[in-house]
Amino acid sequence: MKEFIGCSVFWGIGATLIAYIIGLLLKKKFKLFIFNPLLVAITLCIALLAVTGIKYEDYNNGAQHISILLTPATVCLAIPLYEQLQLLRKNYIAILIGIASGVLTSGFTIFLMSLLFNLNHTQYVTLFPKSITTAIGIGLSQELDGYIAITVAAIMITGLFGNIAGDILCKILRIKNNVAQGIAVGTASHVMGTSKAMEMGAVQGAMSSLSVAVAGCMTVLSAILFENLI
Amino acid sequence: MKYIKQFTIIIAISLLGEILNRIIPLPIPASIYGMTILFVLLCSGVLKLSAVKETGKFLIYSMPIMFIPPTVGLIESWTTMQEFLLALIVISLVSTIMVLAVAGHITQFIINNNKKKTGK
Repeated sequence: MKEFIGCSVFWGIGATLIAYIIGLLLKKKFKLFIFNPLLVAITLCIALLAVTGIKYEDYNNGAQHISILLTPATVCLAIPLYEQLQLLRKNYIAILIGIASGVLTSGFTIFLMSLLFNLNHTQYVTLFPKSITTAIGIGLSQELDGYIAITVAAIMITGLFGNIAGDILCKILRIKNNVAQGIAVGTASHVMGTSKAMEMGAVQGAMSSLSVAVAGCMTVLSAILFENLI
Repeated sequence: MKYIKQFTIIIAISLLGEILNRIIPLPIPASIYGMTILFVLLCSGVLKLSAVKETGKFLIYSMPIMFIPPTVGLIESWTTMQEFLLALIVISLVSTIMVLAVAGHITQFIINNNKKKTGK
């Protein structure tokens, strides 16, 4: 059986899809933020691997084929952005300053908290790209000589948090404007947060998509400023 | 036919993004180049929205599923993560809240200010 799973492509894809559908059903039923479909699906898949002893490698052998679509899907984020072109034109100064302030806040917060936790230079630069999309984050971590696997972990934790709590945080923090909500979620928690922003509304989704691209590029630039602080 | 055409266009733009990522020595991924290309094509009218809309929306809607496999992969780097797991989690959560608060409020403040100025 295990041998079959090791070379089966559809097993990994099927398990991932079913886990996500269970997540969607639970969310529909309980409407509690902890029943986030993404969180539920990840937990189920990890539990499945842990219980059955199937290696991640064997699972990913099939499951990776779903993730291949991430690049075309991210490309398509241009569609909602284009649909909100009017709003983008009208508010571009607010949007650019908003994203830039978020990028600087990210750098300063990580710097201060790294001091607090007594992290060394490598650990600090490893966490530095945590708010940007994985593909840019990996590149930046490599450039700064960080631990890439941990950068990915920090990016995932950040994204998952944004995906679970993005709308709740906007409510608690009294960010009411739709454009501002999108910029906030996208700058803080990249593409995973953008999935949540899409659920919050078309405007939020579009602005969040824009933030992922702009914040990613700005973070790469800001690394020059922050790189040697620790 | 419509969906195949749409999917082909999206894949072609992704490929173009991949090529740019390969030639330009910057840590900008293929997806961001592709997103920029599609945005420019739509804005300039070279591509109509109807040429990518349905398939594009389907891909965006399914996006969370694509994050599952790499995130499950975190169990692979568990041993390296344990070293500073607490710092990793606390810093990730706190900085996410801070960035969300600052970026959101500054954007909101400027938009509201502009509205006042234009008298709306």
